Amino acid sequence: MNSQIKGKVWKFGDDINTDIISPGEYMDASYEEIGKHAMERAYPGFADAIEKGDIIVAGKNFGPGSSRETAQIALKYAGVGGVIAQSFARIFFRNCINVGFPVVTLADTSELNQGDEIQVDLLTGEIKDLTTGKTYYGSKLPEHVLSIVEDGGLKNHLKKILKKD
Amino acid sequence: MRGMTFAQKALARAAGKDYVEIGEIVNANVDVAMMDDILGPRIEIAQGLKELGVDIWDKSKVVVISDHYTPPCEIKQAEAVKFTKDWSLSKNVDYHEYEGPCHQVLAEACYDQPGTLVVGTDSHTCMSGAFGAFGTGIGSTEMLGVVATGQIWLKVPESFRIEWKNTLGKGVFAKDMVLYDCRTITHSGATYKALEYCGEAIRALSMDERMAISNMAVEMGAKAGYIPPDERTLDYLKAHGSTRPYALLYPDDDAEYERNYVNDAATLVPQVACPHHVDNVHDVTEVAGAPLTQVYIGSCTGGRISDLRTAAHVLKGKKAAKGLRFLVSPASREVYRMAMKEGILDVLIDAGATIVAPSCGLCLGAHTGILAGGESCISTSNRNFIGRMGSKDASVYLGSAATVAASAIEGRIADPRAYF
Repeated sequence: MNSQIKGKVWKFGDDINTDIISPGEYMDASYEEIGKHAMERAYPGFADAIEKGDIIVAGKNFGPGSSRETAQIALKYAGVGGVIAQSFARIFFRNCINVGFPVVTLADTSELNQGDEIQVDLLTGEIKDLTTGKTYYGSKLPEHVLSIVEDGGLKNHLKKILKKD
Repeated sequence: MRGMTFAQKALARAAGKDYVEIGEIVNANVDVAMMDDILGPRIEIAQGLKELGVDIWDKSKVVVISDHYTPPCEIKQAEAVKFTKDWSLSKNVDYHEYEGPCHQVLAEACYDQPGTLVVGTDSHTCMSGAFGAFGTGIGSTEMLGVVATGQIWLKVPESFRIEWKNTLGKGVFAKDMVLYDCRTITHSGATYKALEYCGEAIRALSMDERMAISNMAVEMGAKAGYIPPDERTLDYLKAHGSTRPYALLYPDDDAEYERNYVNDAATLVPQVACPHHVDNVHDVTEVAGAPLTQVYIGSCTGGRISDLRTAAHVLKGKKAAKGLRFLVSPASREVYRMAMKEGILDVLIDAGATIVAPSCGLCLGAHTGILAGGESCISTSNRNFIGRMGSKDASVYLGSAATVAASAIEGRIADPRAYF
């Protein structure tokens, strides 16, 4: 995985829960189908509207609710490149790392506007708003956690380290 | 060097270190890995182990409990339970089914040891904190990592210290304390934090009541909900035949807390969480009279023997209101048997209760009595999200067993203090 992501900003508010990210009724559907319905409770037609690699920018507490990994699958298969939020629900954040989905915490996301083109460096936590020219610094992941994301998730990471042993 | 919180001490121990910083990410050794039937072996884990070509790192530390889909009401649930059972037996790990919600079974089987690291594929694994353990819920993929390696990466969380002074009044219980905490801290206020309870009112609680508090730590977003272990903790474990190792860990006096809460148990009145959020909590006096079609006493939060005793105290010689559905699910086989021996089931049945199997079914709206649109239920369980117990058009309130029992008599939400 590349440690840089780049895309257009899609803004959401606080407390976007897992039922909004991926409605429970699609829990056992195919990954493609789950992806088609990502975020539709907050933005009908979201998956069709975005371009691959676009980035969700949200407020506080993104992802509370279920520990099901369908929320990450939904975002991944909808084509979302990553999520920047002021804070994440704990299990959601962990699941993102473990399925290899980029997440960055930024204390204040209010200056990033809907539609801005941004570039995020996951290694340094640097967020460049190419539209406004401003730069922000989000949280960076510790190296051994980032290596899980870079390997494409915990399973691939385990394959690598267990082979070494 | 500043003193450590419980979370620091527990994760330092698990990481084999003398000291860890708050915010540090550690590789921790897991003492107990619990899987259920919904997010357990059948999701990622069984297949993942095959793909990785490794077996379970230590079978004595793994326990699988089928509870969410038992007893199954449809083929899909039955298949999930069958897969979970077949896999567990083939792997020769400790397996339980149809005995009750996993957290209660885990406690009774002595997996919750003070100072240990317990992880489970269910968000309410924080209940292990009632025993002074660091218990936390994890996803399926990370459980795969745990069963393959015995380790997990964990961030050492900041902690909130919650002190409960004085003693609870009559008709007020641990459930009211934790609902009050949800009210003040809010459903996301403790996200990624560890809660540390202390104070006279906490020390006075039975193990059953302590479990109700730690169980709901996750409803405030917390990673863990610690209650300091004491004689009562050790007595409970001893009575259940405990042989597993433990470590009594207590926070240092000069530990660093992100927030401090001081609550007065003496002035607390019964609390009720109203639809559709766990932190939409009001004094019972503000919501008394709200109409109900069902009452439920059960779950890993509110179906223990102390809850059933309280309900029987309120309901003895009385009847549930006409037309009200009254369901009771003892939290485990052990609780069921105790309630039967003590004559509690007779009291509840005389009052109009239907006793259903120990299970998660009702609480998460999976089976055994889900709600139709327009129905309204008060429950001793832990979540009242929209659609949680069935239809999205149903209403769910949460309260103590006393509040639920009093509400059963009156057919609408009622203040239980009149019955004590």
